[in-house]
Amino acid sequence: MIINHPLLGPRDAAEFVYLGDASLMNRPDWQSTDAGNQFYEYQYLRDNPAGELRELWYHEQGDRSWLVVTRNTLTHAISKVELARDVKLQEINSKTKTTAAAKKGKKA
Amino acid sequence: MTQSHRINGGLVSRNQPVNFKFNNTSYVGYQGDTLASALLANGVKLVGRSFKYHRPRGILTAGSEEPNALVELRSGAHQEPNTRATTVELFEGLEAKSQNHRGPLKYDFMAINDLMSPFLAAGFYYKTFMWPKAFWEKLYEPTIRAAAGLGRLSGQEDPDSYDKGFLHCDILVIGSGPAGIAAALQAGRSGAQVILADEDFIFGGRLNSETMEVGGESSQAFAANATDELAAMPNVRLMPRTTIYGAYDHGIYGAIERKTDHLGSSNGKPRQVLWRIYSKRAILAGGSNERPIAFGNNDRPGIMLASAVRTYANRFGVLPGKRISIFTNNDDGWRTASDLAAKGAQITAIIDTRDVEPLGAFKDTAIIMGGRIIDTRGRHGVSSITLRNGQTIDTDCVAVSGGWNPNVHLTCHQRGRPQWREDIAGFVPAGEMPIGMSVVGAANGSMTLAASLNDGHLFANKIAKELGFTPSRKSAPKAEDEAAKTSAYWYVKESTARAWVDQQNDVTVKDIKLSHQEGFRSVEHLKRYTTLGMATDQGKTSNILGLAVMAEVSGKTIAETGTTIFRPPYTPVPIGAFGGRVRGKDFKPTRYTPSHTWAKENGAIFIESGMWMRAQWHPKSGETHWRESVDREVLATRKSVGICDVTTLGKIDIQGKDAAEFLNLVYSNAFGKLPVGKVRYGLMLREDGIAYDDGTTARLAENHFVMTTTTANAVLVFRRMEFVRQCLRPDLDVHLISVTEQWAQYAIAGPNARKLLEKIVDKKHNISNESFPFMACGEISICDGTPARLFRISFSGELAYELAVPTRYGDALIRELMDAGKEFDVTPYGLEALGVMRIEKGHAAGNELNGQTTALNLGLGKMVSKKKDAIGSRLSERDQMNRDDAIKLVGFKPVDSSKSLTAGAHFVTKGKEPTMAHDQGYMTSVGYSPNLKTSIGLGFIKRGDQRIGEIVTAFDGLRGTTQDVEIVSPHFIDPEGERLRA
Repeated sequence: MIINHPLLGPRDAAEFVYLGDASLMNRPDWQSTDAGNQFYEYQYLRDNPAGELRELWYHEQGDRSWLVVTRNTLTHAISKVELARDVKLQEINSKTKTTAAAKKGKKA
Repeated sequence: MTQSHRINGGLVSRNQPVNFKFNNTSYVGYQGDTLASALLANGVKLVGRSFKYHRPRGILTAGSEEPNALVELRSGAHQEPNTRATTVELFEGLEAKSQNHRGPLKYDFMAINDLMSPFLAAGFYYKTFMWPKAFWEKLYEPTIRAAAGLGRLSGQEDPDSYDKGFLHCDILVIGSGPAGIAAALQAGRSGAQVILADEDFIFGGRLNSETMEVGGESSQAFAANATDELAAMPNVRLMPRTTIYGAYDHGIYGAIERKTDHLGSSNGKPRQVLWRIYSKRAILAGGSNERPIAFGNNDRPGIMLASAVRTYANRFGVLPGKRISIFTNNDDGWRTASDLAAKGAQITAIIDTRDVEPLGAFKDTAIIMGGRIIDTRGRHGVSSITLRNGQTIDTDCVAVSGGWNPNVHLTCHQRGRPQWREDIAGFVPAGEMPIGMSVVGAANGSMTLAASLNDGHLFANKIAKELGFTPSRKSAPKAEDEAAKTSAYWYVKESTARAWVDQQNDVTVKDIKLSHQEGFRSVEHLKRYTTLGMATDQGKTSNILGLAVMAEVSGKTIAETGTTIFRPPYTPVPIGAFGGRVRGKDFKPTRYTPSHTWAKENGAIFIESGMWMRAQWHPKSGETHWRESVDREVLATRKSVGICDVTTLGKIDIQGKDAAEFLNLVYSNAFGKLPVGKVRYGLMLREDGIAYDDGTTARLAENHFVMTTTTANAVLVFRRMEFVRQCLRPDLDVHLISVTEQWAQYAIAGPNARKLLEKIVDKKHNISNESFPFMACGEISICDGTPARLFRISFSGELAYELAVPTRYGDALIRELMDAGKEFDVTPYGLEALGVMRIEKGHAAGNELNGQTTALNLGLGKMVSKKKDAIGSRLSERDQMNRDDAIKLVGFKPVDSSKSLTAGAHFVTKGKEPTMAHDQGYMTSVGYSPNLKTSIGLGFIKRGDQRIGEIVTAFDGLRGTTQDVEIVSPHFIDPEGERLRA
């Protein structure tokens, strides 16, 4: 397979290490009330779709980027490649905004 | 011996005779021959014995689809089994042997199997070798293995070398028959980067086997001229002797190029090269393979595919028989007749299964329309055929044409499932093609010459255009379409004798009927029950015939019956080619520690630890047993001072203003408040709460930490830390870099460690116990200004330091330390002594952090902080991992101190049977303590920490020993840690 690295261009899959479902990026909040259940689900339960899957690849023989690769598990067609850190940062930023907005709303 | 069957013409060089041997008999062929054509030229028909019944077999085809003519090529260590004689290029001095027979080929003792055939039908393994169970391993399997099977390996190391490489192109053209060569020409003319690969040693495919006309010249001349034109294009890479064996994801193709197989010797060059070809687009022009018709005793040597007979006559100048008969169900069989007749061959009979008008008239030839061959005769080669009407015709070669199968192999490697096309009576590519692949010519069902040429030409234009190139305006080579009407006729029902479908795996029409009768009716079941198409040829000549028979007996159409698909490789690829240069010591790099040269000079014994070579112990002259050396090293270290190279530990440099917060997340214990200039032991958990790795982390500055990991997990821990940094907390300001190879690190342990260090540490640094206490660290300089890092940490339990210098000073430092330490009788110690001392101290290592144990089990439960989030901390709180009777790490001593403990032994309460139900835990590490003068061990046992002093039984089922052991504290030496702080 060829993975089109967002920074380095097309690279052979042999340069990468595979981890699995990108849901591993959504680690639960350790202080939430049912953290035990959430961590159990995070650790053990995965979807196994025949079709598009967002998954994590690590460019170990390269620049050490973790990538979120959207790949069709039936055809191996890769439709999207993102830097995991960008994906996560966006999520963190949007969460912070929502929280800030919610706080603002309360004050108002 | 003269070449009794050689005729004029063909593409062999008659001025270059080639001497070769088959079964120790010398023969002569010509340059340009294959082993098969040279054997046929010399009248050799019997070339092997069949797999199961040891039937005499000859050459069936003229290409890589050959099921029968498998030989052992070359001799000695170079011997290569299962080589197809039909693809082996003849070279001077070639030696080949037939395989799969005992005694001479003509009088194979195992031919008795043929008489036993009523008992050896499909599924006979499953039915026969069932009882008694014990007989399978001892009797059945060895006997079957000896009787069946193909060629033998030399049993010696492969003396040849292999290489691997990567190629890139715009358009990969696979196959150089009419469609492929037309496509390559147009693709090349457009300026695109083109690779043309063909498994044959000359380009042209069937063009070289025919006497047709292309663009006003003979098809052979056209192929040669087109090859010249392609060779002159700088943007075209011609790869003869190259098989595209697999179609992989995203336009990547696997190719095996045979570099020196056609030469007597490789002369040190790689024999074969395994290529990975990255193509933007691929044009598959794999052509088609002719298939046989099944009739009684259709496997005798001399019964061949009609197209192969034509190839031998037209390309190689060989007539496989003197009196040739033809059995066909289609127009193409007649072309074989006319080609052979033109070469002066005597055609004794043409038997066409169709009731149509004859397609030609031949002198002295019996023409039988609507005819059937029901049986044949001839012991080591066909001598006559018997027709349905009882007529017997003498013949020494039967050319059989059962129609053509488009070669869809590579189209199946992703998810393609071929579809039946009634008009050509063959399966054509369908379903999902590998990305970027187009199929042209006969492989796609264009079964005639002009159609194929056009197909290749037009597709190449289309693809070149799509890739942004301007196609040349040249028109496609002109040719006429030959007669190609065919009929779906598969096997002669009137035959009572066995009719062979898969000659490589000895599957008959009867076997397929039996499979149907016993309920194995789907094509996938049929294949596995009868082994149809499961031999090394993957059923290239037999699959379609087999499933057509199945369709007929089950009263379904072939389209309804469906087909099995193919998987890589297209033809067998030697394992050596996949290994390439990466074999033996080159399989993985060897890593040497900075003190390696010094240790080698001093006679150290080394052991491989992962990729590292580490000193295991350092024998002194006069020491005859490894224990002598190890005991001495341990005692000397505990008495004065010892030195050990610990460079192999993983080292990770961590910097950034959020570095401490980051460490808090990856370690279960807290690191936020670690003061600058201090080291802390850290424990990492897996997210599921199991202990993962441990090590120490030193805070060199507010925002600068250096972590050590275990040797084995260095790469994995770094990977996981990058995961945490990028995938979980990219908002943290922290950066990581592996510095394992940048720093040489030595442990200096023992009561005189400080005194030794004081001799080399620059005077401005005060390393007294007060200024540099246990767990202190700092950046210092040694030996007049050499930068260094000093950590006061101890794995041995002694007053100890780890001293790190940039790797380039590592060799100088060990020599300096040994020199400075002379007055303390400094002793280098190896991995064994290190192991003994850490067991004596009760430190857990890889044996204890074994992927099944928790912090609680290790006695490190308090290291899982509940005040912060960390990987694994939440799931380590699960009830089952915190049971009252959890196993705990403790020490063990044999009750009889003259006995040794064994690692892996399981504990049971004294007096209980050693069963799973009574299992209490297990021993993980053992060693001999020269200080305590007894064998000691670490292990896990239920509630261990509360059972100190109890005697339990250690049962070692593997070694068959049982002994009583005492549970003791895991800290055999200095339990209060006074030495550490001295």
